[in-house]
This record gives sequence, C-alpha cells and structure tokens, in this order.
Amino acid sequence: MRLEDLGEAVAGCTRTVEYLPGEYLLRVGAPADECFLIEQGRVALEVHAPARPPEVLLTLGPGDLVGLSWILPPYRWACDARAVQPVRVVAIDARRVRERCDADPRLGYHLLQGVLRAAIDRLQATRLQHLDVYRDPTS
Amino acid sequence: MSAAPEATWVPRRYRVDAVRPELNDTVSLELAPAAGEAPAFEPGQFNMLYAFGIGEAAISLSGDPADRARLVHTVRAVGPVSRALAGLAVGASVGVRGPFGAGWPMSAARGRDLVLIAGGLGLAPLRPALLRVLADRAHYGRVAVLAGMRTPREVLFRAPLATWQGRTDLEVEVTVDRGDADWSGHVGVVTHLIPQLELDPRKATAFVCGPEVMMRHTAERLLTVGLEPTQLFVSMERNMKCAIGLCGHCQFGSAFVCKDGPVLRFDRIARALAVREL
Repeated sequence: MRLEDLGEAVAGCTRTVEYLPGEYLLRVGAPADECFLIEQGRVALEVHAPARPPEVLLTLGPGDLVGLSWILPPYRWACDARAVQPVRVVAIDARRVRERCDADPRLGYHLLQGVLRAAIDRLQATRLQHLDVYRDPTS
Repeated sequence: MSAAPEATWVPRRYRVDAVRPELNDTVSLELAPAAGEAPAFEPGQFNMLYAFGIGEAAISLSGDPADRARLVHTVRAVGPVSRALAGLAVGASVGVRGPFGAGWPMSAARGRDLVLIAGGLGLAPLRPALLRVLADRAHYGRVAVLAGMRTPREVLFRAPLATWQGRTDLEVEVTVDRGDADWSGHVGVVTHLIPQLELDPRKATAFVCGPEVMMRHTAERLLTVGLEPTQLFVSMERNMKCAIGLCGHCQFGSAFVCKDGPVLRFDRIARALAVREL
C-alpha cells in the first residue's frame, strides 16, 4: 500500500517517525489515534496471554499498514506492534482523518476501501496460516 | 530432456553415497550410479525412486543439474515408500527411473526478473532452478527467493538459504507460519511477502512450488500485483505410477502431471486448480 491509496483524507495529516528495535508503535487497549504506514524496517504484531510469552502473529514490512482498529469504535488497539528492526513509518493522525471522513463520506469511502483491502489480505493470510499446510500430512 | 528408452521402464541401480538429515522427517539422499554417469536432468524434473521390495515413488531432483556424478533427492517420510527411502543407509541400493516430465522454463526465463516462491518441501524442486540461475547469473535480471516454512525448526535447506541470503545478487526472504522466542525473521504466510518485492510485472516470471492451496493463494497474489497467468509456473504433485503418461493415475484435467508437468503454466491449469477434490 502507498499513502496515496488512502486518498485525500490523509493529506496533511502525516509525519515521519522512526523507532528503534524493541520500541512499541502501539499497545493493546491504548487509544487508536495514530496509525502507521511502514516505509522501512519490520514490525511484529503480538498478542499476550497470561503465563505465556508474547506470540508474534504476523510481521509487517514496507508498504504495510500498522493498525486497523482506528477506523471503527471503540478506537482501541487490538494487539501490540513492536519494531524488530530500525523502522521508519509515516504516522497518520487517525483522529483528524476520522473527522474528515465523517464530514465527507466520499473521502471516507475511498479510505475505507484502502483499509479494507489491507484487512482482507490479512484475513486471507490468517486463513492460510490456520490451514497449517506444511504439517506432516500423516500426523 | 526425457529419460532414455531403457531408463523409462527399467530401474537403474544406484548406491546411496550420503544421507543428509534435513528435518526430523526429511533427508537428502545423494545417489551415485553403480556404473557410469548420472543422466542429465532439467530443473523441475523428477525420478521414480524404487525402494526394493516395497515400491516406487516420484521424487523431485533437488541437486545441482551441473553435477553428473550424483543425483540428489530430498525425501520426506510420509508413506511406506518414502519412509523406506528416507531410512536408507549409506551404501544401500536404490532403483532409479528417469528423469521424467517437464521442468521449469529456464530458457524462457533468461533475460527476465525471476521470483522463486517455495512453501515447505516445495523448496526442493526449486533448488536446481536456483543453482542453474546462479551458474548463469549474468543472463537473468533481478532474482528473488521467497520461502515459507512452518516453524523456525522446520526451515528446509537452512545452510544453503543462509549462504544465498549473503549474496548481493540475490534477494532471499524466509518466513514462518509460527515463530518462536528466538526467531527474528518474518512471521506470516509467504504470500504476504510478494507485494514487498515491488516486482515489475512486465519483466517478471514466477516459479511456485508448495502445497496446492499455497500455490493457489500465491498465484492469486501474483496476479494482484500485475503478473499475467502466462508468467506463472507451478509444480504439481499427483500420484504418479508409470511416469510416462500411459497409466492415467496423475491425470489433472486435460494434463498428465508426469508427462505434461510436473511444471505447468498457470493459465493451463487455473480452472482445474479451483475444482474441489480434482
């Protein structure tokens, strides 16, 4: 995905941010007020469960959107995102973008298509992951 | 390149020269002919390996096509024949018929960018293609290898992958479906890595090998980034018996996988791939 895929709704709502390995771009449960488009580096999406180490669900790279939960209430992150390499991202002011989309549904529809594309790609990938296609077929 | 007539029907005796453990259930066998040279083969072709007294199985060639001293086959122990093959010791005998089938279109891919996409053991039939490309590197454009594996412990060809990752004329990315605490690489299915390559669809050719559902999803993703179905090639796996297109065991739609494949252009089989239980 490129920034222009999100349309005019994000124009003027961005800044460049860099993260060091181990730093978190977002934390589960925190307000989803800013999402990120990766320009460089790798980010791990993690979930935590009690008495278990954090599990990496997916790693994201250049062109991937980090954070999808900012588009719908309650605007809270559903997982952690941690930089695993030095990362440079375009940070998008989600609060301002939502306001613009509320005011102009045409912009909102265009933006929603871009975010939905990323969500569907991830859903498909998760389905394939769930199939566990490389396991021993006899087990 | 097809097998000589006598090699079509009569297994030739080979000796197991080396057994290289790859994974818990997977080994690479280095086979030397009892006499003479090993036959030439094209990347993507397969042999019928005969575990004496048990039976035959179609196994892709996974070694260097330039090496005429030995054949290399990577075998996963999943059935009676493959279990017997994977359990062979150095010095044991094995029967070999082949090579059979249509391989990767190496000549057609010359001058183009090439992306090799493997899922699990699917890296084995792609390895000869990569070795051929590396021996002829100047005649190919950008070359990328994307490999999807189950877990970090189940990464096939770990050492060669590390070597290839160290080359500046090759892009190599490995992803696992499930990571662990020590894994700092990609996590997720191999299809997720495709957009990050930013391929030029006018110049790219893709070779794909892995479980069928993985190849279907991979092809969809490659089409999404602009490749035409005629630019994609997949290696199919079916239950092969005669290996020369006579018995029909491996029929897939209008194609016999043993003779027309195992490597087939995607547009030829795209419809059949979508048919359930075919």
